[in-house]
Amino acid sequence: MTDALKLLIQPLGQTIVMILASTLLATMFGGALGILLFALSNDHFAGGRRGSLIAKHVADRVINMLRSFPYVILMVLVLPLSRLIVGTSLGTTASIVPLSIAAIPFLARIVESSLSEVDSGVIDAAISCAASKRRIVFAILIPEALPSLVSGLTLTMISLLGYSAMAGVIGGGGLGDLAIRYGYQRFRGDVMAVAVVAIVVLVELIQFAGTALANRIRSSR
Amino acid sequence: MFHAERPEEAADQALIAQPSYHTPQRGDLFEPARAPFQNLSVSPQTSPPEVMRIDGISKAFGGPPVLHNISLSVPKGSIHGIIGKSGAGKTTLIRIAGLLEKPDSGSVWYEGIAAPVHLLRGRELLEARRKAGFVFQSFNLFASRSAAENVAFPLEAAGWPRAKIRGRVAELLELVGLSDKADRPAMHLSGGEKQRVAIARALANHPAILFSDEATSALDPETTRSVLDLIRSLRQMLGLTVIMVTHQMEVVRRTCDTVSVIEDGNFVEEGLVAELFANPRSDAAKAFLKEDRND
Ligand SMILES: Nc1ncnc2c1ncn2[C@@H]1O[C@H](COP(=O)(O)OP(=O)(O)OP(=O)(O)O)[C@@H](O)[C@H]1O
Ligand SMILES: [Mg+2]
Repeated sequence: MTDALKLLIQPLGQTIVMILASTLLATMFGGALGILLFALSNDHFAGGRRGSLIAKHVADRVINMLRSFPYVILMVLVLPLSRLIVGTSLGTTASIVPLSIAAIPFLARIVESSLSEVDSGVIDAAISCAASKRRIVFAILIPEALPSLVSGLTLTMISLLGYSAMAGVIGGGGLGDLAIRYGYQRFRGDVMAVAVVAIVVLVELIQFAGTALANRIRSSR
Repeated sequence: MFHAERPEEAADQALIAQPSYHTPQRGDLFEPARAPFQNLSVSPQTSPPEVMRIDGISKAFGGPPVLHNISLSVPKGSIHGIIGKSGAGKTTLIRIAGLLEKPDSGSVWYEGIAAPVHLLRGRELLEARRKAGFVFQSFNLFASRSAAENVAFPLEAAGWPRAKIRGRVAELLELVGLSDKADRPAMHLSGGEKQRVAIARALANHPAILFSDEATSALDPETTRSVLDLIRSLRQMLGLTVIMVTHQMEVVRRTCDTVSVIEDGNFVEEGLVAELFANPRSDAAKAFLKEDRND
């Protein structure tokens, strides 16, 4: 059993690195894309114009397509892209590329819907305060939507944890890989159990932190 | 049909050729000597002497028109009421006048701006919006901000430095009697307090006009009276011009100098509030008065 615990250390680190790095990238790119999707369909921003309608339609199709790809296939398909971006198509670093690409459209949808849920009267108030569109997004809409954005980000991280279990396919390591290699291929039930428990604990931790943060923001208002 | 490519353009030109903001009905209703809307011959190409003027506004949302060729001009320092039943078009009208919505045809003018403000874009549009404060029935405070931070937002948007914002916010909260609630989260205020914060926020950039869309409809009678009294005293202190949309005669009687009665997107009666109460002409006005007496 202590042997099993020792085996856990490195994969745990790999999983945490994969999740944190891809969450960070998804927040940057998915967040920006989500704001764009929102702006394209809100009449005060870019909504209602012909160009916006077309752009939104194209973006919707691309996002839905990316989201409907089974992750294992997406991972293999972006191998060349990983090589281009991080210089290798194998290993933990390389796994961050497909994880981010899976998370970006997911998070973009979450950001889009969180921003759309902000009461239109609040947007009217911000408009009548003579604020620029950029300021309305960053100083009003994002703070107003923050609890829902935090919940969405929590959801994204937990999905990423699930996806990261498949990183073994491209040599990314991590907890899922450990469970498969030792537990399934080498009949080490104890290692598999430890790995699965570690994943469960990670999910609980992420969910707990996310819920606590969202509640804290809500109760301060 | 080469001449009718853009009917609304033709309509615009017709408006410029013969300004229609002095409609026959209005001429009938007002004795020029006492009329609050004076018979001004203003070229629509220059900024109006009134604080705000709308000329021949029409608006539809895909279906039948919600506003039909509505005109209104409001002299400085007056409180003008717009009363009408639910669905009459009050909100649509005040949103167009307050630059939250665009008219299909017609134009909106603000004092000191030489172009129709509804056509402005970018920076110029933001500048025009600074001349207009807007308060809403549902308050629409920013939940993520305290009372003081709500009031600070329009100042931040106008690029004020932090130190100056603090002073101005304190001044505004004092004006609406909420100095002691500055750091309260907006959602922890009572309805009346929320509307006072909203009024302070609307006044932050020294607007010339305050637009109020049913600002007191969500408040109890006592709070309603105190908010209406606040608006009257602000007019006195700041020389503010106020446009108040309401469906309550009580609000008109208590607060307004002049009033327009709107029905199905048309003004059916306009005049001094005292005259309306003494001698209502339209059926709509009579109905409102009857309702008012029964309350
Ligand atoms: N954004 C919109 N899209 C479609 N129809 C609208 C829109 N806004 C208003 N309308 C319609 O226009 C008409 C007038 O609405 P408006 O909100 O101006 O009335 P109101 O006089 O303010 O009524 P209330 O007293 O109920 O607030 C209504 O029939 C309404 O359904
Ligand atoms: Mg209304």
